[in-house]
Amino acid sequence: MRVRSLFFASYRDLVGAEELELDLAEGATVRQLVDQVRSRPGADAIPETPVVAVNREYASVETPLREGDEVAFIPPVAGG
Amino acid sequence: MFCRVTSDPIDPQGAAQHVRSDADGAIVLFSGVVRNHDDGRAVVGIRYEAYEEMATEALEKICREVADQFPIGDIAVVHRVGPLSVGDVSVAIAVAAPHRDAAYKASREVIERLKREVPIWKRERYADGDEEWLDGTIPTDPSRN
Repeated sequence: MRVRSLFFASYRDLVGAEELELDLAEGATVRQLVDQVRSRPGADAIPETPVVAVNREYASVETPLREGDEVAFIPPVAGG
Repeated sequence: MFCRVTSDPIDPQGAAQHVRSDADGAIVLFSGVVRNHDDGRAVVGIRYEAYEEMATEALEKICREVADQFPIGDIAVVHRVGPLSVGDVSVAIAVAAPHRDAAYKASREVIERLKREVPIWKRERYADGDEEWLDGTIPTDPSRN
């Protein structure tokens, strides 16, 4: 299945892209997606268990994913 | 309730106009402004970035919950994104309430939660030409409350 990943701020700099379409096995969780992202050159500086949002809601790495989900990697936030 | 993430300059008085009502005797208006120094370094500007759709939803959730928590009338929050210079308003929060105590407390709660929960980031530009993403707060997951 295809899942859309979004990277912001320092994580975008590490991954070198603001968006990636990644292929995952059916039944995969956020954990498998994170591992796949972190295997890219430079992206291993993203924490092993980063904060993520699935379809714009904060979610844990155990969250199961479905075709077309939007998974955002959220660096520590600094609004205000 | 009025929550926006915008690349346009913020007029804090506009935020106040969104919340004003005849039943409310107090409006507290908070403005966050880009300052010219941080941690001993001279700052010339900040570029703000947001996960805009989620940031807007997160602001709406905060406003709903703060409105349940305090006896207030209405809340408006506007956060800027894009390149800002020293003196530019980065965020405006307006809270109207029948009485000032609740308005002050609610205003404080909104800005503190915004800083902890809303997916917004800032990259400071320094007088020496250097730029850096600012260390932020690991967002608390409000869904686990």
